[in-house]
Amino acid sequence: MKKKIIAAVCAVLLAAVLLFATHLLVMPKYIENPEGRLVGEYYSQAGDNDVLFLGDCEVYESFVPAVLWEKYGISSYVRGSSQQLIWQSYYLLEEMMEKETPKAVVFNVYAMKYGEPQNEAYNRMTLDGMKWSSSKVGAINASMTEDESLVDYVFPILRFHSRISQLTADDFKYFLGAPEVSDSGYLMQTAVRPMTTTRTGDDLFDYNLPSVSFEYLDKMRELCEKKGAELILIKAPTNHWKFWWYDEWDKQISDYADESGLDYINFIPLCEEIGIDWSQDTYDEGMHLNVSGAEKLTDYFGKMLSEKYAVPDRRGESELSSAWQTRVDKYYERKNTEK
Amino acid sequence: MLFTSYEFVAFICLAFLLYYLVPKKAQWALLLLASYGFYAFSGLSNLIFIVSTTLVTWGVGLWVSKIRRASESYLAIHKEDLTKEEKKAYKAKEKKKSFSVLCLGLAVGFGILAVIKYTGFALSNVNSILGTFGVEQKLSIPDFILPLGISFYIFQSMGYLIDVYRGRAEAEKNIAKFALFVSFFPQLIQGPISRHSDLAPQLYGEHSFNGSAFFSGLQRMAWGYFKKLVIADRILVGMKTILGDTAEYRGAWALLLILAYSVEIYADFTGGIDITIGIAECFGIKLKENFNHPFTSKSTKEYWNRWHITMGSWFTDYIFYPLSVCRPMQSISKKSRKLFGNAIGKRIPVYIATIVTWFLTGLWHGAAWNFIVWGLLNCLVILVSQELEPLYQKFRKAFPRLSSSKPYGAFMAARTFLLMGFIRSLDCYRDVPTTFSMWLSVFTVGNYGELFSGKMAEVGFDAANVIIIVLATATVCLVNALLVKKGCDLRQSLADKPFLSYSLFALVIVAIIIFGAYGAGYDASDFIYGQF
Repeated sequence: MKKKIIAAVCAVLLAAVLLFATHLLVMPKYIENPEGRLVGEYYSQAGDNDVLFLGDCEVYESFVPAVLWEKYGISSYVRGSSQQLIWQSYYLLEEMMEKETPKAVVFNVYAMKYGEPQNEAYNRMTLDGMKWSSSKVGAINASMTEDESLVDYVFPILRFHSRISQLTADDFKYFLGAPEVSDSGYLMQTAVRPMTTTRTGDDLFDYNLPSVSFEYLDKMRELCEKKGAELILIKAPTNHWKFWWYDEWDKQISDYADESGLDYINFIPLCEEIGIDWSQDTYDEGMHLNVSGAEKLTDYFGKMLSEKYAVPDRRGESELSSAWQTRVDKYYERKNTEK
Repeated sequence: MLFTSYEFVAFICLAFLLYYLVPKKAQWALLLLASYGFYAFSGLSNLIFIVSTTLVTWGVGLWVSKIRRASESYLAIHKEDLTKEEKKAYKAKEKKKSFSVLCLGLAVGFGILAVIKYTGFALSNVNSILGTFGVEQKLSIPDFILPLGISFYIFQSMGYLIDVYRGRAEAEKNIAKFALFVSFFPQLIQGPISRHSDLAPQLYGEHSFNGSAFFSGLQRMAWGYFKKLVIADRILVGMKTILGDTAEYRGAWALLLILAYSVEIYADFTGGIDITIGIAECFGIKLKENFNHPFTSKSTKEYWNRWHITMGSWFTDYIFYPLSVCRPMQSISKKSRKLFGNAIGKRIPVYIATIVTWFLTGLWHGAAWNFIVWGLLNCLVILVSQELEPLYQKFRKAFPRLSSSKPYGAFMAARTFLLMGFIRSLDCYRDVPTTFSMWLSVFTVGNYGELFSGKMAEVGFDAANVIIIVLATATVCLVNALLVKKGCDLRQSLADKPFLSYSLFALVIVAIIIFGAYGAGYDASDFIYGQF
């Protein structure tokens, strides 16, 4: 009997080791699409941020925490991910609030237009990076498309095992993990591709933002109230028909903000004041800002955070300052390398 | 609920747990509950058919049994009063009565199957015939959805009725227990088709947990999942592309399909049966084996003694033999002997019974002409082989060393494999003219070079896929070779080597998880025989 128990334990260990090694090998490394690595990078910097940014690509390509620190001494993190849906933002916030006590939470409202789960690939980019918690389970349950299953998230090898026949050199190279791609959640884009079209967004059949989005916005607001953080709604600057921000949507957000006593800042009409030049400050014809545009926007918003929202300047705290200096240096090193 | 779904894995784990937790007297009831639960997953409306089949078969079984018992007791009481002729006449009368009741049961049972499975086929043929006579008005064809496993549970139920009629099985009095015999969930999808005398005592018996037997069942299940997910479903990806464009994929591709389908259906069907038998073993129930290394067969007849054994024996016991010895056939035999002489005359009833049996076997597999042609072609090969047997004997006599040599045996097995593969492709292409055209193309379209080009990857047989399929198939062949050589259950011989057996089990599970074709990116595929 003893022999059988030892044999069973050995067999279980053998299976576990083989499966874990395969898991590391087949998990997407997101080398070509580094957005998939953003959510997971947060944990190395969790715990002492006064401003948390949440939202989709419009957030992680628009706000530079290194600049916020350097210019205003604001400790912040951008927890953005590709096509981050509002329920994902909510659960990410819930997870972060376990360790953080921010002064302000900044939420980009573009994803309010989505009322239902969209795409497995984007879900994975947001959810796989989260550590296991009740928030992750909640985020998965809220995000899954019809073909997805919770079991596949618990054991990602069940989903990604098919990659075994499509492995590339990167899968072996980054077997134990790829280097950090972001600077406190900011994903740098250095290219310049000016805006060339003046086309506006196509007409929509229905301009009403889904009610479920407002339900999650309520939940975010309540969570912030509970934790004593100010929820600031923003719409990052974009200028492309594909990412069009309709006046009808803007009005609904404004009304909601007014009714809820929140601030809503739409940066699109403020672009000129911020100094954004769409021939220089975008890397994809006006859909997103490049690093030059992001630095301008961050500077502008940093001033607001500092003056209007009284987010403290913490450059005097030596330990924090030292940690941030390393991040700032890394940011400029990356900026110089990628130029 | 697919055997390969997460839901099923959770379902079966719960069923195992509860089975050994409930009092032993209630184990059969738990199995019944699980079986109906499993069946309900396929659609609540499907329960109508299995419940009606159960009720009718149970009632008719009791009725037939009652007539037989009454007759036996009457004869026992009047043993001294009746003359031999009177007893004979009474027996004949009672048998006729019992036979009429049996026919009623069979008519209802097969009637359900006929209506659900064959109405569409029959009406579409009627429409075609009417069309040839210029009748434009078509009969509307009902769109019945085939309830899960209906061909299997109806055949098992009808087999039970005939066994009760023949006195080979006792009629089950407890309707709930009988319902379990009809619906036992592991074998519901694709058999094996069990006999009441084999299965029922085990289903209703009490089973204590036996760790070794339970692990043995798990091993068998894992092996089945390996065959199904790593080989069958992986091959299916490429097969679907080839089948999807028969104009493009001809010649070499048709041959590739025939070979690939042979491996695919073997891995699919034997894999499914391994899972079924393994689950039953975990419940302490031993089901009949359905395969005995069919691809080692040296003739078609041998192949059919090794492939889907329980279906073959069902047709032999309940169709072929009764048909061969029935009165009309005896009269045909007499007449044909008179007309054609003894040598040919005695063959005619056998031929008729064989043809009818294979026609019905084809029809059982599906309501379509391709299945009927498939059955009849199998029949043709068997009958021709039978007729050529004297020639084979002469050959074996003239070349005794050659005919008993291993290479010759391998040649015979390869020939049977290919022949069966070509015939089997009828149920793959699902269209008789297309299949024949594909067969022809194998010999007339010289595009074999394409198999060694990038087109293989386009089809779905990329290098990585092919390597996995080949290695997995080689593993199955190796295990089969060991089984044949050892002539015993490999699991038993490993039972006293826990390190080896547990490690191998772990490796099989790991291989399934890593190399199995399941989840997103692959279409979840049902077992092929579940469609029949």
